Amino acid sequence: MSAIIPETRASRMAHLKQRISNISLNFYGILGYLFLYTPIVIVVIFSFNDSRSTAQWAGFTTHWYVDMITDSQIIISLWNSLFVAIVSTIISTIIGTLAAMGMERYRFRGQLGMDALLYLPVIIPDIAMAIMLLLFFNLSGIGFEVWNVNIFGINLAVPYSVIIGHVAFNIAFVAIVVRARLSQMDRTLEEAAQDLYANTWETFRKVTLPMMMPGILGGALLAFTLSLDDFAITFFTSGAGFNTLPVRVFGMIKKGVTPKINAISTLMLAMSLILISFSLISRKRGGEDQSIEMF
Amino acid sequence: MREKLQRFPALRAWLLLLPATFWLIVFFMAPLVIVLVYSFLERGTYGGVVWNFTFENFQRVFDMLYFSTFLRSIYIALLTTIITLLIGYPLAYFIATRPPERRYTLVLALMIPFWTNFLIRTYAWLTLLRTNTGLINTMLMSWGIIHEPLPLFGNDFAIVLGLVYGWLPDMVLPIYAALDRLDFGLTEAAGDLYASGFPTFRRVIWPLSIPGVVAGAMLVFIPSLGAFVAPAILGGGKSLMIGNIISNQFLAAHDWPFGAALSTLMMTFMLAGTLIYFRAAKRGDAQ
Repeated sequence: MSAIIPETRASRMAHLKQRISNISLNFYGILGYLFLYTPIVIVVIFSFNDSRSTAQWAGFTTHWYVDMITDSQIIISLWNSLFVAIVSTIISTIIGTLAAMGMERYRFRGQLGMDALLYLPVIIPDIAMAIMLLLFFNLSGIGFEVWNVNIFGINLAVPYSVIIGHVAFNIAFVAIVVRARLSQMDRTLEEAAQDLYANTWETFRKVTLPMMMPGILGGALLAFTLSLDDFAITFFTSGAGFNTLPVRVFGMIKKGVTPKINAISTLMLAMSLILISFSLISRKRGGEDQSIEMF
Repeated sequence: MREKLQRFPALRAWLLLLPATFWLIVFFMAPLVIVLVYSFLERGTYGGVVWNFTFENFQRVFDMLYFSTFLRSIYIALLTTIITLLIGYPLAYFIATRPPERRYTLVLALMIPFWTNFLIRTYAWLTLLRTNTGLINTMLMSWGIIHEPLPLFGNDFAIVLGLVYGWLPDMVLPIYAALDRLDFGLTEAAGDLYASGFPTFRRVIWPLSIPGVVAGAMLVFIPSLGAFVAPAILGGGKSLMIGNIISNQFLAAHDWPFGAALSTLMMTFMLAGTLIYFRAAKRGDAQ
């Protein structure tokens, strides 16, 4: 084309404009990512600051990390966080996966109502859900008993109410992720298995389940992350004396800023990074690139 | 039994859904009903409720003292949504127009702040904004640019900034998802036809990205309206939102019915917002 039509002044102008807009877009992109990362990076940097200040650099130290790991309250709340997250992830992944199969594979009366019941916990803000659960546990009297566990010689006393609450908001998220996977699955493989006289259970175990696995893993990881990050529901449903890491950090922030909180933040950031790598690995295994479907 | 299950698929569906239904009815719907019922009861002396039916809590909700906080929360949530959109849209556009391999890295780079605990991201701004010992004021003063610390903290500015920062990835991701489906060959075609940048954007790109914008706006507006951590930390105890007033009814004031009434109002508002969203999404599909 360009060989036939000589380049006009107008097209050259358009080309120049294109370049300028591209450069400014690049510049904007860099600014955007700087905005997202600078505060986090500064928190990490000052976790190594040899002073109580989080604003003036006074040399490198790992003092705050030592302070963190020798604080038994922090260690207990870390284990509380992990324990609640693991147990609620297991329960909500099973329940959410079954629900996703029921919703995606069948058409029945009352499905719209079921949809609403499943997704309502997603759109209700966590403070409202926390209050709801607090009143429920208080009125019914169930849930405030504690589950005594011993992990590596550390005694935990985890209220059932916290686990129940976490499962209640996680079921929906697991169901959403697994349903997305199910809706994309090619059903001809399952039909082929049944044509080859595999019974329903065999078809499920050997064909359907492995194909669903990336969705189930993705849902479980999301549930685990949400559970680990939750503040409001844990804070209101735990009763006095029980802390997960976010609840503990919130209490510390209310008392004042110290580089020790920066150190805990860095630890929590590292935990998120590990979870992201897990989710990337599971996605690679699933053989697909859907970085966007993560939430 | 098995034959029955095979003949009645609906029965099998309900069996699969039974655990979720049980859990959500007992631990979600029942608590929801309790909140609704409590919002019509009288308060007990030390927390708890007295079983007398009353409308008083809702009258108090619309008392200007509390209703103004509610209106201010809506204002803060709207402002947060608009600013997040203004910052997030160009960022999503930037990602969507990069080559595919870079796009993947850039989305991943968005995931890291997205998966980082909200509390930590709010705390990060606390260390930056604090009036006398915050990083920004300390730096500006030591460079002699300012002599008095700037009022960056304990006000609506700090809350909105914290919320914008916290929810920006939630705005960028759905817009990117919508733009990513868009064929940028179309915009080049428009450009070849000498349509200049803005008309191309207005006529081609923007309409196709509306579903992403609506989804992003919902994802930002709902948690911003219910915000509780960001105002508690960045509002410095002075600038409050409805989430803080609700939590105070349970932590300090021991007025559960009033807290329940405020929650009911907030949830009603969110539900209305969600219904509007589904309407808009349907209209988007129709286009």
